[in-house]
Amino acid sequence: MKKNSIKKVYNPLTALLEKKRSRLLSVFFTAGFPELESTGQIIEALEGNGIDFAEVGMPYSDPLADGPVIQQASMKAIGNGMGLKKLFSQLEDAREKFTIPLVLMGYLNPVFQYGVEKFCKDARSAGISGVILPDMPLEQYERNYRQLFEENNLHFIFLITPTTPADRIKKIDSLTTAFIYAVSSSSITGVRKEEKGGGNFFERLKQMKLNNIYIAGFGIHNSGTLEKAWANSAGAITGSAFINKLNGYNDPDIAVKALLNDLYNR
Amino acid sequence: MEIYPDIGGFYGRFGGAYIPELLWANVEELREKYDSILSCSSYREELEGLLRDFVGRPTPLYFAAALSRESGAKIYLKREDLCHTGSHKLNNVTGQALLAVRMGKKQIIAETGAGQHGVATATVCALLKLPCTVFMGSRDMERQMPNVTRMRMLGARVIEVESGSRTLKDATNEAIRHWINNPAESYYLIGSTIGPHPYPDIVTRLQSVISRETITQLEKAEGRKEPDHVLACVGGGSNAAGSFYHFTGNGKTILTGAEAAGEGTDSGKTAATICTGSEGIIHGSRTLLMQTGDGQVRETHSLSAGLDYPGIGPLHARLNEKGLARYIPVKDHEAVEAAFRLTKLEGIIPALESAHAIALLKKISFNPGSIIVICLSGRGDKDMETFEKYFEKQT
Ligand SMILES: Cc1ncc(COP(=O)(O)O)c(C=O)c1O
Repeated sequence: MKKNSIKKVYNPLTALLEKKRSRLLSVFFTAGFPELESTGQIIEALEGNGIDFAEVGMPYSDPLADGPVIQQASMKAIGNGMGLKKLFSQLEDAREKFTIPLVLMGYLNPVFQYGVEKFCKDARSAGISGVILPDMPLEQYERNYRQLFEENNLHFIFLITPTTPADRIKKIDSLTTAFIYAVSSSSITGVRKEEKGGGNFFERLKQMKLNNIYIAGFGIHNSGTLEKAWANSAGAITGSAFINKLNGYNDPDIAVKALLNDLYNR
Repeated sequence: MEIYPDIGGFYGRFGGAYIPELLWANVEELREKYDSILSCSSYREELEGLLRDFVGRPTPLYFAAALSRESGAKIYLKREDLCHTGSHKLNNVTGQALLAVRMGKKQIIAETGAGQHGVATATVCALLKLPCTVFMGSRDMERQMPNVTRMRMLGARVIEVESGSRTLKDATNEAIRHWINNPAESYYLIGSTIGPHPYPDIVTRLQSVISRETITQLEKAEGRKEPDHVLACVGGGSNAAGSFYHFTGNGKTILTGAEAAGEGTDSGKTAATICTGSEGIIHGSRTLLMQTGDGQVRETHSLSAGLDYPGIGPLHARLNEKGLARYIPVKDHEAVEAAFRLTKLEGIIPALESAHAIALLKKISFNPGSIIVICLSGRGDKDMETFEKYFEKQT
């Protein structure tokens, strides 16, 4: 078999980013929250309300980079019985109904236990476009896993932060096939803090003339933070703010609409 | 040698730094600087001075005559319980706090289980005038209240952790999250041989003073440098790493760690990681841990807060795999009984954690007259409530 180049096989996220390279909006949710079977409804609501792509959170008991909102959603989801096997079967079903690009986001340990190879294969057959595993070491990805992800037509999406040095950002840029996830402040998810050097970070990124686009995430919850992200980068990813809406409304469609009201100041 | 990690921080396939990018710069700064600082002669002089005058080192290697008679071996207790603040934890804290100062850090973050590491950290921070924040699970705060009071008196901010199992694992999560939120000025002072590289190496090296002293002291007492056995309890593995250090792979000394079996390794209420765990990632390290088939970290149980942790330092995962050390589960009640036995025989009340190591005497076989060194990692003052409850049940 010839080695697949990720650009040649159809990938919904690739297709999206070919059409649209600014003012992108992505929403993160935790699979299995609020109900075990919410996944399909949430994807439907995101697609129906024009969200560009969705991040499906694979719940983990000890999410080091997440604040209380996503921690609690994850615990609830695990308590509801969510696991990778269950998630993939839900995503297989969703794939037949929806076209919105899906990216999986989570931590390495559940993926390790599932088996990285099996994970990649199942993600591919569930129509997943990409994967975000914030605790995957760069060197390990490059040495041991890159080929596996590329063969399965999965973009691997790296995070960068204001503390990531320039040479490392260049390295990440060279391994990136879709976009770079730019965390706009040194903080866990859901923390609403203004980075002192936050503006500087995007200024620096701009001057680096990277090959790939970057999309801003963490702390985006209203029109101010959204507009800033859009001004600074190709798009915005919002997570905790949406989980908060799900906490308040339970109905995914109403929750997405409420989120969009906040984001668009309607 | 197995006791040192490779350049990537791996002991065989265990260890490494599986951390979110948000932590990368913090950990990388430490990785770049720790070795040269730890090896620098002015650092070592300063550390040795503090270990001698503030911590109270060397700690005695005490020949436990009555325990020896009862057990049929020559038993020496390495008296880490006599360190200032009551446990071996101060060895590591003193070394890391000096490292933090040399890195230009302005405040200290720590997690604690039994509160011993928290107290040690609060103590050195008081000495060095560093602001100190300690994360502690609410369940551990209940069972180790005297240590909470001590930390507060020493000026530390103690933050109650309500997430997850409300014990050491969650306190560690919260400490790491706090570090992510306050990167540049903060030093995360980890309390055991756990976490991402280079922490396991830093803590192992700073605790190696235990076996270094043991060699000299044993030579004086017995005319030989190597004991037949070294016994230590294993939570994250720091007192065990320190007491095994110079004897690892010497071909003469049998190294045995006591894991907390809780109510038994089949009971579902256990913290015996090596015995019942499997390979995975916890707190940035690839090691053995207690987890579900889905890779979710399991809640553990041990009567002793300091051993109630679902992971194990990667060094121990490696020593276990290579057969260079072995790890035996000890149940709650066996540890409590050992604590009472030691108290009666020797007039020494051990920490509940250390009592697990004492209990190994009834679980391992040894030749009559063997020389056995037991690391008495801490004293039992903090465990009075637990002992009292047990005492009431017995009478
Ligand atoms: C007295 C004592 N011994 C042992 C331990 C376990 O830690 P480690 O395995 O790192 O020595 C603790 C932890 O709190 C402790 O307080």
